[in-house]
Amino acid sequence: MKRSGKISVIAIIVLMLALPNLLIAGETLDSVKKKGFVTVGVNGSLFGFGQPDEKGAWKGLDVDTGRAIASAVFGDASKVKFIPLTAVQRFTALQSGEIDVLCRNATRTLSRDTAMGLNFATVNYYDGQGFMVSKKLGIKSAKELDGATICVLPGTTTEQNAADFFRSHGLKWKPVVIEQTSELAKAFFAGRCVCLTSDASQLAGTRAVSPNPDDYMILPDIISKEPLAPAVRHGDDQWRDIVDFAVLAMINAEELEITSQNVDDMLKSKNPKIQRFLGVTEGNGKSLGLDEKFAYNIIKQVGNYGEVFERNVGVNTPLGIERGLNALWTDGGLMYSPPFK
Amino acid sequence: MALKQLPASKNTSFWQDPDKRSIIYQVFTLGTVLMIGYYLFSNVQANLERQSIATGFGFLDKEAAFEIGESMINYSAADTYTKALFVGILNTLKVSFIGIILTVFLGTVIGVARLSSNWLIAKAAAIYIEVLQDIPILLQLFLWYAIFYQFFPSPHQALNPVDGVFICNRGLVFGIPESHPAHTYMLIALLIAGIGIFFLRRWAGKRQAETGKIFPLFSVSLLLVILLPLAAWFAGGAPTAMNTPELRGFNFTGGLNVSPEFTALLMGLVLYTAAFVAEIVRAGIQSVNHGQTEAAMSIGLKQGKILNLVILPQALRVIIPPLTSQLLNLTKNSSLAVAIGFPDFVAVTNTTINQTGQAIEGIAMIMAVYLIISLSTSVYMNWYNQKSKLVER
Repeated sequence: MKRSGKISVIAIIVLMLALPNLLIAGETLDSVKKKGFVTVGVNGSLFGFGQPDEKGAWKGLDVDTGRAIASAVFGDASKVKFIPLTAVQRFTALQSGEIDVLCRNATRTLSRDTAMGLNFATVNYYDGQGFMVSKKLGIKSAKELDGATICVLPGTTTEQNAADFFRSHGLKWKPVVIEQTSELAKAFFAGRCVCLTSDASQLAGTRAVSPNPDDYMILPDIISKEPLAPAVRHGDDQWRDIVDFAVLAMINAEELEITSQNVDDMLKSKNPKIQRFLGVTEGNGKSLGLDEKFAYNIIKQVGNYGEVFERNVGVNTPLGIERGLNALWTDGGLMYSPPFK
Repeated sequence: MALKQLPASKNTSFWQDPDKRSIIYQVFTLGTVLMIGYYLFSNVQANLERQSIATGFGFLDKEAAFEIGESMINYSAADTYTKALFVGILNTLKVSFIGIILTVFLGTVIGVARLSSNWLIAKAAAIYIEVLQDIPILLQLFLWYAIFYQFFPSPHQALNPVDGVFICNRGLVFGIPESHPAHTYMLIALLIAGIGIFFLRRWAGKRQAETGKIFPLFSVSLLLVILLPLAAWFAGGAPTAMNTPELRGFNFTGGLNVSPEFTALLMGLVLYTAAFVAEIVRAGIQSVNHGQTEAAMSIGLKQGKILNLVILPQALRVIIPPLTSQLLNLTKNSSLAVAIGFPDFVAVTNTTINQTGQAIEGIAMIMAVYLIISLSTSVYMNWYNQKSKLVER
């Protein structure tokens, strides 16, 4: 597994070396239309965000974000190809043009936005890093973890956050860093580490698929801000706008109370906001270089943000995550869309 | 003779002179390679600049801000990337160095066992070689690692076979002597013993050549290696304090902790490579004609002397070149460490690449480091090969 990973990183670099002028601003949409599908980088082994189910169908919040982009571009949510990437591979894959957009629970940070040559669209999940421990330990807070061995995924902000947290509290710890999420989880559940640290949503996902979910708990400490957002290459503003408004359309739909069920009825709505949003009043689609019905297609085929959230990670799924920060701004959350006009 | 009489230079055209032609070919090839290299380099530069991705090695001086699980030197998250990468290189060297020594030893034993006249031993060695050669090393690493964390108990129920030694899923923990200046003296004494043995060997060889008398080199050397450090230990005040491991909180503190990751990696690499080395050793020994052994026996040499003076010097010539490539393989395979969580150079560089986003610089450093390690191993083995060559008179 790792070997193929390393080879693909090298292959990507070779591509970067060899392909002349592969990426020119404004060209992503053209090339996507030409090949007929959107290539989306996803996690691949994260339940609730990006993982194929037992029948091989891709499921997850990030996967649905990818589908929303495909609906916006082609009016067809199935015109999308998912590429599973490790944390280490993901940005290189995007930089080199192997994928068109990265929807892989990636945290937006200053250095990624600048030195890595990426642009992040609207946040599709507000997360924070937490700790998962066995209930048997009887620990109440992460500050009691002095001297602990902790399992960490490499190549994420997680490694750095954990180091910062323990440094600032003057605690000693020892990381065990394994590249594959599945291998890391196996080592943790077998007792190699006292604690597993990652974004709280990932911990919930890992716990949900563990042999005995009830033996483990997520500590209340959230030690970082992790705004997870889709990312695109720097320099193609049009493509960035499309990805941005694909996410925003789902949020805006929830605010306007448009769902995949009632979207057809809403086409007849007298509300000018809804008419503009669904493309009954034309203009929005043209500005983005898309079909006027792009928002309608997203909502019809994928659903609004609330539907997508509840379907993949909400309280009625094995993950059982509350809306919290991810509720609409009108409900005390952070999800807020600029007007579609 | 006829060839020499041809008027070679005057009337031959430029194209028909093989010497000049070969020079042109070489210049042309070199030029093409350089041009392709320049094209690739400038293309990367242009691509990176257009995507505004940072380039250069400036990040090396920045704070790394991540922890490394095991380190031979003092390292903390507040140190620079340079130091973090250095920790990675040391870890790679550590596992490769110990791995190479164990592999050569184990490979030789199994190779000899394969030729044993004892049916059971020979077959057991053959099965070992066949099985371990044929399973991909990555799977073997996962297996050893899984055995460690699945079967050994947690630190609180750690196995305690001997006083002061604990085995648990956090690794093997045992006591080490408390640090004391006497240990430095012992190390110096060991060094002196080594130098002494070197000169003793030269002197003994010379004396044997002149007078035919054999000096008991092995026993005297052994005595030197043991006695000199022992004397230094007494001279330093004979410290006996031990730094014993103690269960405090989640883990053992004090003593020396050999992590499951390191052990699994070392075991995987050694057991896998030893299977190949065993075959090389067997082939080397079989390449020496049996008549040599019989001749040595007929002049009354003892079994050990036959192996040391007749068989091995001839077998080594066959063994060393393929052995070199196996040892290089071991070093390179150590980069699979990242799969089971040992912080080797590749693992540390991966984290660095991800935090800084500078993949090309990172991969370039990985290539440079492995190239340097491999070339140095190669140079040493070539020197040893030259030395063990048949001296023709």
